Amino acid sequence: MSDANKEALEPITGIESPVYLDYNFTAGQATARYLTKVKEGKLVGQRCPSCRNVYIPPRGACAACGVATTEEVELSNKATVQSFTIVHIPIPGNPIKPPYVIANLVPDGANISFLHLLSECKNEDVRIGMRVEAQWKDASEWTYAMENIKYFTPIDEPDVPAEEIGRLKDA
Amino acid sequence: MAELAAVVGIGQTKYQTKHKTVSIAGLVRDAALKALQDAELTWDDIDAVIVGKAPDMFEGMIMPELYLTDALGCNGKPMLRVHTAGSVGGSTAIVAASYVQSGMFKRILTVTYEKQSESNAMWALSNAQPFSVHLNAGAGGFFAPIIREYMRRTKAPSDAGIKVAVKDRLHGARNPLAHLQLPNITMKEVEESPMLWEPLRFLESCPSSDGACAMVIANEELAAQSPKKPAWIRGAAMRSEPTMYAGREEVSPQAGIDCAKDVYAQAGISNPRKDLDCAEVYVPFSWYEPMWLENLGFAEKGEGWKLTLEGATSLDDKGDIPWNCSGGVLCSNPIGASGMIRFAEAARQVRGDAGNHQVDGAKLALGHAYGGGAQFYAMWVVGSEKA
Repeated sequence: MSDANKEALEPITGIESPVYLDYNFTAGQATARYLTKVKEGKLVGQRCPSCRNVYIPPRGACAACGVATTEEVELSNKATVQSFTIVHIPIPGNPIKPPYVIANLVPDGANISFLHLLSECKNEDVRIGMRVEAQWKDASEWTYAMENIKYFTPIDEPDVPAEEIGRLKDA
Repeated sequence: MAELAAVVGIGQTKYQTKHKTVSIAGLVRDAALKALQDAELTWDDIDAVIVGKAPDMFEGMIMPELYLTDALGCNGKPMLRVHTAGSVGGSTAIVAASYVQSGMFKRILTVTYEKQSESNAMWALSNAQPFSVHLNAGAGGFFAPIIREYMRRTKAPSDAGIKVAVKDRLHGARNPLAHLQLPNITMKEVEESPMLWEPLRFLESCPSSDGACAMVIANEELAAQSPKKPAWIRGAAMRSEPTMYAGREEVSPQAGIDCAKDVYAQAGISNPRKDLDCAEVYVPFSWYEPMWLENLGFAEKGEGWKLTLEGATSLDDKGDIPWNCSGGVLCSNPIGASGMIRFAEAARQVRGDAGNHQVDGAKLALGHAYGGGAQFYAMWVVGSEKA
């Protein structure tokens, strides 16, 4: 057997073959409006004309009612913790060091939660119903991204009862 | 009226961290051949092939069905690929069954798989979205807050999740195909395992597995000629809902409740805990057992964790309604196949062919799968008798 053939018999059990994914995001009217306002340091949602719930980020339609949303609603920097998890393992491709708290947050005036970081608090103090506030980066760093908010921090306000979080006031 | 259909062959690979010596094509072919052998059939006896797997992003292989036609004997035959995220194993089985029930095909081979050792599911499930901050921390990061809300509402003690983690691993120790083999696992060991996504611990979470599962589904006439006992499909249902909408009930999604009602009505089940002999339910994180016990109507709202703690779902505790006798997703998780394994293990039970994890005299069993942001549901009920 030649040396070349011997070499070919070395077992190959796997080769790394990375996949890269870049894509152009077509935001659509509602999300484009939302991202434009985020770049100005403001959170805006849209109200469903049928169920009256306010969506953030607005996607142009209410997934519950199946109708278009057009009425814009400016939302507060304050929010309530709907639920949360303390993550002890790293997110692939994200520089945040564990353990850190990611929370499902319902901003005042909205009826659905989004994910964001909680910080400047003890992890063991975080609870459902806790009141928090957005900490924005310096305005010079604002872009079309929710990363304009560094994280949320607790504020000295009474907890919201769990049953009321994200619910319409008159419902 | 649809035609009757039955499972006449089941094939599974061993589930393990890495199948180093086979390609994805080899893995699916291994399961497919075992299913054909179990049914005492050959490739020529198959009219069509229905394949399923979880998102292509996992292995980074886009449209793998193109490359698998050869390995699955599809030359000259219809082939179809199904995708509904983590529930895909279940919905693939239902699509295959539907083609037989409709009379379109007489005998179908259906196969699902995942080769997680060639994939990075954590990365694939943590993609940045342009309208939200990049914090998606895999499936556990998504489900942990929902589990926390279940615990808040029900005031369930943390023991309930730990008990499921132990119970399913003891079940898995009876099943030689199960990935995790932990016959000596204890409550203390689970409790002391590292937190991953609080309140979820390492040992309360499913492993990453390689593996494939296949079934042959045949119409009534052909199933009657089958050498081994068929598992008759007595009901099958699927439901979906959006991942996010205002007012969504995330702890016990409506689509799951509706799907269960539908499949029970088809199978003539009025009390699932009493009427069914066992269930294979998609429980990737321990707390999903008590949550699904309620969602699927085995327990009253807020009471699922009590059934778990009482041992009602445990073979070892001689429970009245054993769940996941095979060890479930907590023992083996080749994601794309995990739903079909539930369906196939339900069928093994009613065929009386479940080996050391057999429930004595099982006549009626539920197979369940869910996927996406708990937005896709697939369920079937299989029986040892036609009706």
